[in-house]
Amino acid sequence: MQNQIQEVLALTNRWVKRLSREKFSMLFTLVQPMLFWLIFFGSLFQRAADVQLVQAPNYISFLAAGVVVMTVLNNGLAGGVDLLFDKENGFLERLMATPIRRSSVILSRFLFVMAITAMQILVILGVAFLFDVRPETGFLGIAVILFIGMLFGVGLTSISMAMAFSVKSHGDFFSVLGFLSLPMIFLSSALVPLSAMPGWMQTLAWLNPMTWVIDAVRPLILTGWEAAIPQILIAVVVLLVFDALCLYGGAKAFKKTVG
Amino acid sequence: MASSSVAIEVIGLCKTYDNFTAVKDLSLNVQSGEIFGLLGPNGAGKSTTLRILITTLKPTSGRATILGHDVVTEADTVRQLIGYVPQERAIDRFLTGREHLLLLGDLYHLPKEEAVKRIQELLKLVDLEDHADRVAKTYSGGMKRKLDIACGLLPNPKILFLDEPTLGLDVQSRLNVWDYVRRLRDQGMTIVMTTNYLDEADQLCDRIAIIDEGQIRITGSPKELKAGLGGDGISLTLGDADPAVCARLVEEIEKLPFIRSIRTHGQGLDIRVDAPEKALPALFEATSQVGCRLDGIEYHRPRLDDVFVTYTGHSIDDQSTSLTSDTAG
Ligand SMILES: Nc1ncnc2c1ncn2[C@@H]1O[C@H](COP(=O)(O)OP(=O)(O)O)[C@@H](O)[C@H]1O
Ligand SMILES: [Mg+2]
Repeated sequence: MQNQIQEVLALTNRWVKRLSREKFSMLFTLVQPMLFWLIFFGSLFQRAADVQLVQAPNYISFLAAGVVVMTVLNNGLAGGVDLLFDKENGFLERLMATPIRRSSVILSRFLFVMAITAMQILVILGVAFLFDVRPETGFLGIAVILFIGMLFGVGLTSISMAMAFSVKSHGDFFSVLGFLSLPMIFLSSALVPLSAMPGWMQTLAWLNPMTWVIDAVRPLILTGWEAAIPQILIAVVVLLVFDALCLYGGAKAFKKTVG
Repeated sequence: MASSSVAIEVIGLCKTYDNFTAVKDLSLNVQSGEIFGLLGPNGAGKSTTLRILITTLKPTSGRATILGHDVVTEADTVRQLIGYVPQERAIDRFLTGREHLLLLGDLYHLPKEEAVKRIQELLKLVDLEDHADRVAKTYSGGMKRKLDIACGLLPNPKILFLDEPTLGLDVQSRLNVWDYVRRLRDQGMTIVMTTNYLDEADQLCDRIAIIDEGQIRITGSPKELKAGLGGDGISLTLGDADPAVCARLVEEIEKLPFIRSIRTHGQGLDIRVDAPEKALPALFEATSQVGCRLDGIEYHRPRLDDVFVTYTGHSIDDQSTSLTSDTAG
């Protein structure tokens, strides 16, 4: 147990070092959610969005939950990229030839992605705060947002790692990634509420776990505990199922690659 | 086998990818304290074999043991005993040389002080002390290879596996690698390496196995293998490509004593002879008798090239580029 902790920490430390030395990537990681934020804030949507329709004092406060969950989505789906590179350049094999627990590499990746995601969520909520968006449920609400975000992130990161282990080339990886992430965002309640969508879109959005996550995070910011609690419970159930499926798939792909 | 002990035993190993068989019924033994080389062209199955031995790939059938431990069922024990230097430069461009070694120190659970001390020694051994704190993307190919070797040595392994350790290196770096490998062997380490350089197999390895299309063709020390061919080589380059004349010449030569074998190829004949001092004049006579123009003649002691061709039916650089092998004797 203590050995495994040492392994996971040493490997996580490597991810942190890599990020801190890839200046461009680091900047992008920190600024990207804010870019999203600013692009959408850019009065474009502010004016276009019907306050009546989104059921929020303004579009930013409506969008905050969406941006939080989009960040979880992007980080999660990109979470396997470094392992893909490790697989391709042989570093993964070097690690696997050492007597570490096979799971340590995976755990280090989860730990790293979750930590970065949590920090970004706090940055987004901080920026939102500057625009007068105060989460109705306070600090406890923020903790719950982080918790739900992490729960969603685990499943997404598993998908990404499963893909990293099973794709033949990294071109495939990035195509699938692009193919997955945009529909996940547009076919969810991130940008508009379900009630504003045409029927077929509503059905697809309803099947998208992202919708359920956003619908739990949004009342935590906009309305308060009373509206939030039932949504949180539903989201947790949806996410437990989602994570179980993703972890199962991820474990299978991992076993196939490293035995 | 009475005097030395077996470090690695491989019996009937097979590996199939999808439906392509990369390694077929491969068996071999490696003795403790020797430099054992797997010599073969690109795609022969060298890396596949090595990956099975270092436990990162599971064999389709057959078994292999490292110091008595099965590579599949006791993979974890095996991993404690070995060091591995991969074929690709498996280096993280964003980490410094020292950070690579510190990471591995944690993964092998070396006590901190011991790790720091050992890392300093290894950096000195491979002559990277001055560059230890620079990120690896600034390293040259030779420096990366040195770091690779230091990484493989960090756990102080009983057996070190090196996959094409000198591929793409300049001459000086190559000689350095040979030097480390010999020194490690002299300290009692067992070394298993792959190569597609004939001269490397010849000069560095105590014993080699020639592997081609996933199968071992022959095993032995380079000296034994060369001696086993019997006789010296004489190559005739013929001016006349007329097949009829060529065939007559072969017929004439076959009649001569002290000829062991003749191989015809595009430019002429490769002949193995027992007594070159008698064979050479006789060959000259035969060619002029038949009326064949002789464009060149080359005489050499048996070479590993000849061993390779004899056992695989083709030369090692048919598909791949290889440094020229000029080793005589
Ligand atoms: N992961 C893989 N999937 C399919 N075929 C592979 C894989 N790895 C190697 N091969 C094939 O197996 C053969 C042997 O490869 P390898 O062991 O790498 O040869 P070598 O190291 O001798 O050059 C090659 O034909 C190669 O294309
Ligand atoms: Mg190879």
